[in-house]
Amino acid sequence: MIDVAITRRRKKFSVEINFSAQDDGITTLFGPSGSGKSTLIDMIAGLLRADSGRIALGDRVLFDSEKGINLPPEQRHLGYVFQDARLFPHMSVRSNLRYGMRRRAASQRRLAEADVVDLLGLEHLLARRPAQLSGGERHRVAIGRALLTSPELLLMDEPLASLDQPRKNEILPFIRRLPGELGMPVIYVSHALEEVIRLSDRVVVLTDGGVRAIGPVEEILSRPDLAPLTGRFWAGALIEARVTAHDETYALTSLTFSGGAFLVPRLEHPVGASVRIRVRSRDVSLALEPPKGSSVLNVIPATVREIVSDDQAQADIVLDAGGSRLLARITRKSVATLDLKEGSSVFAMIKAVSVERPSVERTDTAAQEEPQTHG
Amino acid sequence: MFSLTPLESEALMLSLRVGFWAVLGSLPFGLLIAWLLARVNFPGRAIVNGIVHLPLVLPPVVVGYLLLVTLGRNGPVGSLFHDWFGWTFAFTWQGAAIASAVVAFPLMVRSIRLGLDLVDRKLETAARTLGANRFDVFWSVTVPLVLPGILTGSVLAFARSIGEFGATITFVSNIPGQTQTLPLALYSATQAPGGDEAALRIVLVSCILAFAALATSELLARHVQRRLTGGTP
Repeated sequence: MIDVAITRRRKKFSVEINFSAQDDGITTLFGPSGSGKSTLIDMIAGLLRADSGRIALGDRVLFDSEKGINLPPEQRHLGYVFQDARLFPHMSVRSNLRYGMRRRAASQRRLAEADVVDLLGLEHLLARRPAQLSGGERHRVAIGRALLTSPELLLMDEPLASLDQPRKNEILPFIRRLPGELGMPVIYVSHALEEVIRLSDRVVVLTDGGVRAIGPVEEILSRPDLAPLTGRFWAGALIEARVTAHDETYALTSLTFSGGAFLVPRLEHPVGASVRIRVRSRDVSLALEPPKGSSVLNVIPATVREIVSDDQAQADIVLDAGGSRLLARITRKSVATLDLKEGSSVFAMIKAVSVERPSVERTDTAAQEEPQTHG
Repeated sequence: MFSLTPLESEALMLSLRVGFWAVLGSLPFGLLIAWLLARVNFPGRAIVNGIVHLPLVLPPVVVGYLLLVTLGRNGPVGSLFHDWFGWTFAFTWQGAAIASAVVAFPLMVRSIRLGLDLVDRKLETAARTLGANRFDVFWSVTVPLVLPGILTGSVLAFARSIGEFGATITFVSNIPGQTQTLPLALYSATQAPGGDEAALRIVLVSCILAFAALATSELLARHVQRRLTGGTP
């Protein structure tokens, strides 16, 4: 459990942040630039000092202004992966990796050098100097260097912001594997929605130096009131599903989730794999009865939970499909025509082709046995 | 065709010894002062900065005289050293090394400080998060990265020491075999009737020495730079 309750006031920018979060899996701090994400993570790491408050990791107090506790960064035992990698240019990759490891008592080292090198695919880079690495390689080394200090928590401050999309795709799976495979909890700072969707277990939404919302990623992304932050165009729901079969004739894959069956274009993942799929609200339409003679393959019974609208044309409908949240964006006119209210029973219609492959992320730990495909 | 007289080669060896010890002795202080000036915002920083740079603008004779007054046998500091350790600086080669060190000090501090300003402080922060305390970070990250500045500063200070005249002659006088370094030997040669040939030899030796120092520093700097950038093939 990580508990944060801090304030820091400066002329230009003040933060007042309170939250508690489970310290397993990946917690993302999400928000626009200037929302206080980096300030917060630097205060957790001990690089910035809060004016008042308390930061604790389990029962280990890192900062407590009342008791006068402020551990220096080197005693907090947190890993920090910076946006700009920050490898030491005068050392080989191997020496970089060992820098933090050597400074950790042998009895405290939980991760073996060989395992981390293996996981991050660094074997062939060990003898090189940072100047001879590509951007993606540099970031992998930086992650390995932080991991080898056997931190109790890994902090990552937009580690992919400076990379292009292929490099991001190269590194994201490694990060996703950290909690499951190494038991390493991660706090991940990002303003990129895609990274949040692909990585997070839970999200802390920050705006203007305060916590706006906190919760599981599925919930946060399907909350209409956060849509201005999560992006109107991309607003939608995340669904946890399982691969049940592949249809080679029509190149389709069938999934099941708590709301029923779901067809999507053929996925590479094997039968039995867990996946997270993103369904944009603008791809979901509603009907009162199951349609006949329709091209839409996915028709899912659901109940209306909430209707959010203003004086604009569209309305966001929060649906419950067997415990999974779905989000539909339809016109206010349709809401009136169908006479939708909280509790109405509807059928959510989702075109199979609207689920694109990049919006599907494998989430179970068996993922690493698959060959990596890039780009 | 070209051979030094015993007295001249003695002056050469003395110059090298004075330069070597002047650099070695002032290096730890230079590093400390440069680090303080570059990294710590302490009260009185401007004053320290001024004092460090004073020898650069003061006439060397003034520096030599101030050294004589403070470090001489009867000076407030010199008498302590004499009473406690039995050390005498005035009119000894050790005194010449001190005079050279003081005069060359600003050059060394400036080079190291310039080097420190070029060190990415984010790397020092990263080292802290990897479990290194301030002292550890200084030795494992800062010093290796500022090595080019340290080398340049040392070579500059060495060259300045080899050429030191005013402070040396004022503080430790011009005693052949004791305190007569190359510039002092040159001065004596120009004062003696028929000393032109000797003067020419000393000038030549001084030029070779200066050139060798520059070449060494250039080679070392290149080597260090290659290590930092990872030896581009």
